[in-house]
Parts: sequence; structure tokens; C-alpha cells
Amino acid sequence: MEIKPIFATLGRHKFTVCLLIAQIALTCAIVCNAIFLISQRLDRMAVSSGMAEHELVYMQLAFIGARPNAMARTQADLSALREVPGVQSAMIINHLPLSGSSSNSSLWLDPAQRMETMSATQYFGENLLSTLGVQLEAGREFSPEEYRDLDKIDKALQTGDMKEIPSAVLITRTVADRLWPGQSPLGKQVFIGRNFALTVVGVVKGLARPNQLERGAQYSLIHPVRLSMSAGSYYVLRCAAQDRERVLKAALAKLNALDPNRIVLDKGSWDEMRYNFFRNDRAMAGILVGVCLALLVVTALGIVGLASFWVSQRNRSIGVRRALGATRGHILNYFQTENFLLTSMGIVLGMLLAYAINLFLIVHYELPRLPLAYFPVGAVLLWCLGQAAVLGPALRAAAVPPVVATRSV
Amino acid sequence: MLGYYLDLAVRSLKRSPGLTALMILIVGFGVAASMTSYSVFRAVSGDPIPWKSSRLFVPQIDIWGPRGHADGSSDNDPPDAMDYTDAVALMRDHRGKYQSAMYRVSPSVVPPDPHMHPINVGGHAVYSEFFAMLDVPFQFGGAWGADGDAKHAAAVVINSKLNQKLFGGANSVGKTLNIDGKDYRVVGVLNNWNPKPTFFDVVNTGGFTSGQEDMFLPFTRAIDVGMSNDGNTNCSEVPKGSGFVGLQQSSCVWIAYMVQLEDKAAVSAYKDYLDGYFRDQKASGRFNWALNNRLRDLPAWLESEHVVPSDTKISLLVALGLLVACLVNTAGLLLAKFLRRSSEIGVRRALGAPRMAIYVQFLVEAGMVGLTGGVLGLLLTWVGIHGVNWVLPKEIASLAHVDLSLLALTLVIAVVATMLAGLYPTFRASRVQPALQLKTN
Repeated sequence: MEIKPIFATLGRHKFTVCLLIAQIALTCAIVCNAIFLISQRLDRMAVSSGMAEHELVYMQLAFIGARPNAMARTQADLSALREVPGVQSAMIINHLPLSGSSSNSSLWLDPAQRMETMSATQYFGENLLSTLGVQLEAGREFSPEEYRDLDKIDKALQTGDMKEIPSAVLITRTVADRLWPGQSPLGKQVFIGRNFALTVVGVVKGLARPNQLERGAQYSLIHPVRLSMSAGSYYVLRCAAQDRERVLKAALAKLNALDPNRIVLDKGSWDEMRYNFFRNDRAMAGILVGVCLALLVVTALGIVGLASFWVSQRNRSIGVRRALGATRGHILNYFQTENFLLTSMGIVLGMLLAYAINLFLIVHYELPRLPLAYFPVGAVLLWCLGQAAVLGPALRAAAVPPVVATRSV
Repeated sequence: MLGYYLDLAVRSLKRSPGLTALMILIVGFGVAASMTSYSVFRAVSGDPIPWKSSRLFVPQIDIWGPRGHADGSSDNDPPDAMDYTDAVALMRDHRGKYQSAMYRVSPSVVPPDPHMHPINVGGHAVYSEFFAMLDVPFQFGGAWGADGDAKHAAAVVINSKLNQKLFGGANSVGKTLNIDGKDYRVVGVLNNWNPKPTFFDVVNTGGFTSGQEDMFLPFTRAIDVGMSNDGNTNCSEVPKGSGFVGLQQSSCVWIAYMVQLEDKAAVSAYKDYLDGYFRDQKASGRFNWALNNRLRDLPAWLESEHVVPSDTKISLLVALGLLVACLVNTAGLLLAKFLRRSSEIGVRRALGAPRMAIYVQFLVEAGMVGLTGGVLGLLLTWVGIHGVNWVLPKEIASLAHVDLSLLALTLVIAVVATMLAGLYPTFRASRVQPALQLKTN
């Protein structure tokens, strides 16, 4: 295939050719970056909760009127819940991974530091590991005598009675690696609120935060704190995945029978909670996919339009070539090669542009670097798109009969 | 004459209906797709108070000097909160339409019902203008008056959730509430106001706090009773005094500040005032470094505090990129079409048409494509926005509105871009001698 005549022809339409190349370059750059954004959203949505995700249901309740003996009532609720057929374990927890709002605290390795070392979410609740299915990686779980009631801790904080505040803590692997990289965290101390030392007794594999995933999705601590049902906390039940709906219904009925003076604020399976948490991300990713498709379609239409136009314009020259002995294959090949050359130029320019856009985003929006793997994939995608778009007009060109050459205009 | 050119344009476009339809479709599609995605992205990015955000400003005064922000902070930014001295001085000078210093508190409330345990609540100590400035909706009652600030009134505004908990949702205005062991009169109940992000106090909440805004009480009163701050405190040096009083005397920053300024003149006047304030303080020997104040409006402020997720911004750029790509595409097609018509131009020129007439003729034709595409774009945008309602979750879809001025701008861009695309071939064709054009054919 001679490339020279193609260049000679294109040289006669410099400006149009430039625009087409610019269009392909723009598409290439935008699509590469958009796909990168989509993949980041997907990564975020794929966060591991560290729990037995599909086996959990939750209920969030509020009470009407006075409620003395909250702790005793909560324990009664929990033992009733454990009797619901299918329930393997039940607990009360202050918040759940991806439940949307969290209580966090600053951690200091050295209380004299000016800035905190990191900030992590605090989880409270008995039987947390077994109910949520959180995996212990090193160290031990809390012993029953380490647990303290939350309201007693509140009181102790006011009086300054440090004995009543539990100092044992479980941390996630990520927190351990952040605080003491390469060392065993067991038995080490970390300060919370500058003046209170916690001792690490165990490390769990992972436990996601209720929100603020971008500030460290697995930055979580577990404290040996016993809760009573109050605003914001959740009853969590673990059961087989297929039993969830039935168990939730039975559990609510049971709680209602025990004390009808309450309102269900929220309930569902944890999977639903996860689904709702990422609603915005899904919407954004969906729209970005739409924009990318739109862009590709528009580019393809542009190629089709221009190619058709050129084919009709060169009708006579095609006829002459055919008359001089060129086969249909030659003509088809000519237009395909022309498109390949244009697309390639667009791709080269587009890659540079994509890289420049990415650099701009890195500087201004602290985005990670575009992985190199995107470039060949983007190139192949655009080549295929170009070839598919030009096929129609090229076939039409190939169908021009040689006799056209003999006709006068 | 214009009528004649319109007629010519229609004839020319009719000659290649496929290409014309394609160009119109691409422009329309580009306008619609970029507008629809733009409006959705903007809804998701969540300007918490879109009708007012450009009139709300956060002043920053560099009370620490270069030493205070040596580590890591970008652009030599002054501290992002205020110390007590300056916050109170700014409140006293009262140069904005509305303004409020505020800090986060977390007192305990003893419910009126003796059976209930004391509960821990979250909220802010603010000035009375806070409510008017942020258009805070009230269910019952209202804010305390300006004299409430001056008299350090024991008043409190509670949120409807707390009202539900403490008073069973009834109108509790006038009732007494025990906060940290002292009595406060409830003057207003908010209508479940809990904006996300917590834009009025990003510094102390990080924008997205877990805590509810349960109650608001007068700043002056909270300082009087020594209700300590529950938010972030940042210090460039260790405070000399101890406790909450020591904090008030220190150069530590822990108070958020917001001011409403109505127009450009007010903004520049306020800027001058801030700079003057700094110079006065410098003259009195408090600072020995150069002026380095900031006065950001709310969107810029949220961005500088990294509250808006960064990829939302980028997605807006993607939507814009789509529009640009569509316009480049159309320009290319128009170009191909126009460049072929040099002989037609030659004939017209030979018959005595001046260059200007040729320009007008082609601009009319190009503009017609742009305008038709733009109008189609309008229709498609309308379809798109309605389509969003059943594709996306309700909360997001209901936020997706078309910005009319933006839409008008897009239309203008579409028309101008196509006309620009029409200019170049006309320019080239009209350069050539008419005789040459006629000969070649």
C-alpha cells in the first residue's frame, strides 16, 4: 500500500484534517481520563468492609417517653433477639461501616506532638468480632471484665476517674501499619485526646469506617465499651444470607412485643446500607460512562460524515483509479489506511493531551497518576472505532464503478 | 438581503440533507449531553446554599506570620480559623450586612422529664445574625434579637430532632432547658436543619460531621459561662494561660467566622477594612510580617478546605470536554462542506459580489446549523433532565436543575463556534481571484 498518495490527498485538506485529528485527540484524552475517574469510583465502591457482609441485618430504634434502666432493657432486647430462629449472634453497636456518620478521635503517638498522628473511627459494642464476622489477625479479643458501660465512662470522664475508662483497644491492620510500620503493635501505646493512653491488645484484619473513606477507609479502633440503646446506635443480627428478610421481620415483631413504645428509624440488611452509601458514586460513574459513550458516538459520526463527504467528492478519481486497474480491495484499503493514519495521529496527540490533563489534575486536585496501561487500551479502542466508522463510506467508495471515469461532470 | 442569504443557506443545506442532519444532531447532542451531565454533577457536588453562596465570605487574617504556616500548608495560607481577640474585634466593628463568629460546643442537656438521662448534644455558639445570614428555617419561634448578643442572653435555639426528644415535638418556645446545669429559654425551634456539608463551620467539623446540630446559643453567653469548644484548636505556640480562659487569651485559632456581603463594592470595602485592621495591629506591634489576608467566598472557601470531592470538579470538565468535542466535530464537517464551494464563490465574485457579501452568506448558513442544533439541544436537554428522574436516585435527580443563563451561554457558544468554522473556508475562497476559480472547473 502506497502511503504517499494518501498524504498528498490529505495535504489538500489540511485544515479539515487538522480538525479531525483534533477531534480524535480530544476524544482520546477525555475518554482516558474519564475512564480513570470511573475506575476510581469503582475502587471506592469496592471497599472491603472487613465483615461478613451478606449475613447482617440491622435495626435503628427510637423510644417514646421516659426510659429508665436503659442498660437492663437493652440486654433484655438482645437476649430476646438471640432467641429469634436463625439468629446466630446479636449485638448493639454505635455505628456500622458505611452507615454514614461516625465518631472519630485523634490519635497521638506522643502527646507532646503539635499535630495528631492520625484520626480513626471508634467502634463500641460487645460481641463485635463474632457478630460482624471481623477477623482477628493477631493478639486477643477483649476479656469480659475489660468491658465498661458507656454512661459510666461519661461520668468518669467528668470526674477524671481514669480507672473506669477501658484502656485496651483493638486496631485494624491498616492502623497498625500507619502507627508502627514494620513492628508488632501488640502491647504498644497510643494516646487518644492527648492525655489518655490506650494499649493495643489485638489486630483485626479490617473494619471499614462509617464515612470519610477518603481519609483512610480502614482507620478504625474497637473499644471494650458496652452500650445501651440510644439515638444513633444499631441492633445488629447475624444470620444466614437467605434468612435475612425473615429474621428481620421476626426480630422487629419480637422487639415490639417486648416494648411497643418505640419507633423504627431505620432497618434493613447491611448490603442495602452499602448500596445506599454508594448511591452518589454509582450515579456519577453511570453518567461518566454515558458521557464517554456519547463522546465515542459523536466522534464516530464525525468520521462517518467526513469520510462519506470525501468519498462523494472523489467519486471521479476513484472511477479513474478503478479504470486504470485498481481492484475494489485497493479502494477499500485506501480509505481504511487513510483513516488509520488520521486516527494514529489523533491518538498520539490525544495521549499527550491525556497526560497533560492528568498532570494538571494531579497538581490541582491531588489525583493519582494515570496508569500507563490506559494508553494502549485507549489507542486500540480508537483504532477500532475509526475502522468501524469508515467501513461504510469505504465500501461505498469501493462500489464506485470504473465507468464513472468516462462521464463528464 | 438577509432573507436572500437565508434562502441560499436552506438550498445549500438541502443539497446534502444527510450531512446537514448529522451536523445538527451532533451540535444538539453535544449541548444536551453536556448540559444534562453538568446539571447532575453540580447537584451531586452539592453547593449547600446555592442561592447565596457567592455572597457569603470567610475572612482569614494572618495572625501567625510565616512561622505559623511553614509546614505543608499551601500558598502561604493564613490560619483557617480565628483567635478569640480578632473574632470579637471583627464582630464589634460589624462591617458586613450579617456576620457571625461561631464555635462548636458539645454540652449536656438535662431533659425536663425527670425520668430521662442527661444527654450529650452538639451545636454551635453563634451570634444572632447567623440565622438570617444562612436562611435557617424555623419551625417555631425565631432567633434571639441583636440585644440578646449584647445582653449575653440565656437563650437557645434547638433543632426539631432535639425538640422531638425533649418536648415530644410540641411548640417549646418559652420553655426552659437545662444546659450544662444552667437554665436557658428556648426561643426558637429549627425545621430539621442539618446541612451537608456543614459549610458554616468547616474548620471544626471537617465539612461532614457525624454530629447533629442540635442547638445554637449566644456566643457571648457561651463565653460567659465558660462552655469550652468541642472543635479543633490549632496553636502556633503553647498558650500561656490554662483552660478555656487561657485559650481565649492565646493566639490559638478555634473560631469560625462568616460574613455576608451584598455586592462587589461591599466585598472590596470589607477587604480594605480587613487590611486596615491588620495594619493597625501591626502598627501597635502585634505583628511584624507582611499583610497576608484572605477573603474567600463560600465555594472558594469550601474548595480551599477540600470539602467538595475533587473528582466532581473534574467531572464538570469532562462534561465541558464533550461539548468542545461536538463543536470541533461540527466545525470539521462544515469546513469540508464549505471548502468544496470555491467555484460557487468564484461565480458570485465574478458577478460583482464584494468579499463582505460572501462572508455574510456563509456565516448565515453556518449560524443556521448552529442555531438549529442548539434548539434541538434545548429540547434534548429537557428530555435528558426528565430522563435523569427515572435513571438516578430521587434525591439527586430532584437537585438536577438546568441553569438558564448557562443554557443560553451554551446556545451562543454553539452558534459562534459553527460560525467560526464557516469563516475560514470563506476567507480562503474569497482570497482567490474569481477568474481562477471559474477557470479550474
